[in-house]
Amino acid sequence: MMNYHQARWICESCLEPLIFEMGNKGGSRGILLPRGVGAEINIPEKMLRKSLNIPELSQPEVVRHYTRLSQMNFCVDTGFYPLGSCTMKYNPKVNEELADLDEVANIHPDQDEGTVQGALEIMYRLERLLCEITGMSKMCLQPSAGAHGEFLGMLLVRAYFRARGETRKEVIIPDSAHGTNFASAGMAGFNVVVVPSNNRGRVDLEALRAAVSEKTAALMMTNPNTLGLFEDEILEISKMVHDAGGLLYYDGANLNGIIGKARPGDMGFDIVHLNLHKTFSTPHGGGGPGSGPVGVAEKLEEFLPVPVIEYDEEQGRFWLNYNRPHSIGKIKSFFGNFGVLVKAYAYILSMGADGLKEAAEAAVINANYLMHKLADGKSFKVNYDGPCKHEVVLSAEPLKRETGVTARDVVKRLLDFGLHPPTYYFPPIVPEALMIEPTETESKEELDRFIAAMKAVAQEARTDPGRVKAAPTATAIGRLDETRASREPILSWRMYQRLKPK
Amino acid sequence: MGASEYEVREGLFYSKEHEWLKVEKGQVRVGITDYAQDKLGDVVYVELPVVGRKVKQIGEPKNRDMELGAVESVKAVSTVYSPISGTVKEVNSTLQERPEIINTSPYDEGWICVVVPEDLDKEIKTLMDAKAYSEYLKNLG
Repeated sequence: MMNYHQARWICESCLEPLIFEMGNKGGSRGILLPRGVGAEINIPEKMLRKSLNIPELSQPEVVRHYTRLSQMNFCVDTGFYPLGSCTMKYNPKVNEELADLDEVANIHPDQDEGTVQGALEIMYRLERLLCEITGMSKMCLQPSAGAHGEFLGMLLVRAYFRARGETRKEVIIPDSAHGTNFASAGMAGFNVVVVPSNNRGRVDLEALRAAVSEKTAALMMTNPNTLGLFEDEILEISKMVHDAGGLLYYDGANLNGIIGKARPGDMGFDIVHLNLHKTFSTPHGGGGPGSGPVGVAEKLEEFLPVPVIEYDEEQGRFWLNYNRPHSIGKIKSFFGNFGVLVKAYAYILSMGADGLKEAAEAAVINANYLMHKLADGKSFKVNYDGPCKHEVVLSAEPLKRETGVTARDVVKRLLDFGLHPPTYYFPPIVPEALMIEPTETESKEELDRFIAAMKAVAQEARTDPGRVKAAPTATAIGRLDETRASREPILSWRMYQRLKPK
Repeated sequence: MGASEYEVREGLFYSKEHEWLKVEKGQVRVGITDYAQDKLGDVVYVELPVVGRKVKQIGEPKNRDMELGAVESVKAVSTVYSPISGTVKEVNSTLQERPEIINTSPYDEGWICVVVPEDLDKEIKTLMDAKAYSEYLKNLG
């Protein structure tokens, strides 16, 4: 087992200070700004600030500060990151190289269309590829995250029924769904109806039949679901919802389990959101902005946000079409997180169709390998039989019952082995849940290291439970008081200042 | 932890979703059980119903009309369903300042609201008594 210890930078008795606490007011500078901007700017007197509380530091001080912070961090580039449902796969560096190109990084969204034809072409072609991958007719690239995509999807559902003169107020969501589904439907004005899972960990068809009615606007589903299980009755489900006049919404959080193998459009889904930052390998979770494109079936195309990118064959140019009278309007400034779109496009092209299929296969094999090695029934068990897709949800209930050591204790101890914890206590329908998603980019050696660590922690829970409960100790920061953080959150520098002991 | 380690109080009535109901004069008091607070973990926020809100007794499929609010912990947000149909008469506003009393005193200090029931005699038959609820917890494992 690797002997791991995270860097821990200490200044006097405290951890690396905040940048606002550093430096002196001696006028140190990290960079010299150009004098004047070459234009007359008239800012009203009352809006001009007399003083500005910004840190004064030299360039090496700034660089060292952020490098130290990064050393006290954990990321995909430093270690295994099996955070279930987040698809923390390795992000190939070629993506970054392409997104850093001058023609990509240094253009402005207000530039004339004629000067950014290449950028428009990238978006146009990416949109076509994503439609091919999902089986959708048209796609909007603007949403900046998965939840943003969900919300757009729900607005499209609303617009669709409004245009048809129908009042449908209910959105059905399985109890295994991500919390964002409930929030997105609620934000768009729908009432949420929850359907339970059956003893196979799939949507209970009888319960669904009882819930579906002429009031049903949509069913939101994740497939594979959050238990990592493929909803194998999806065709019957989509028929049931469509027969009642409702729409089917696909939450793309788990597309990595089936990409290239099966398409949501072929399963009957009418609206799909993708998480480019998960499935299509762009940094996320503090590492960069997200992107949550939304694809739709033909009958919903007219409601998509503006602008839509089109290609004029006669003139051989790409253009932005704002003239769409049934559009729900704008949902994001400009055109979305363009840099992320470029990285996803680079990823798809470098993988190719066969590569994407292989990625799904490897992701599924890796998760099943972990399940096979870890679900011994003594420490960890699976609550639903059969193979999983890209992630496995273990329950640490046997271990808790025997030793009192909880899923939370287990994941905190994993940190001491230099491993990022899996998602825990989700989905809520599995007690003491550990949701593990290895992704396709991990080697067998890395998976074996994780398996060994999990077994070592389970063993330790029996011999020295106090050690597990005290974890982590090899990290820059020990176990956080989650309860206090939730009850008394400190969300800004000003709040921190007010609370700091004088 | 075995089912017997959770407190199940005699004289109360229980729903399958782990809400308790206490019959008082012309009204009922509602909260969540010891089992529910333990499974949730440390409660950090409680969303209370509005006084005057009409609620329906919990049934399948569940819908918004059956909701009394929500309890949020560091682990999850859980909807509180009404074990009885009626009108909300009073809410425990102490929970807004001190949500942790749901953990420390689920059956006393941590009550959620008082409801004036519509048809208590009929609906109470669909709830469990202490003995049946203890049995129910045992079967949950």
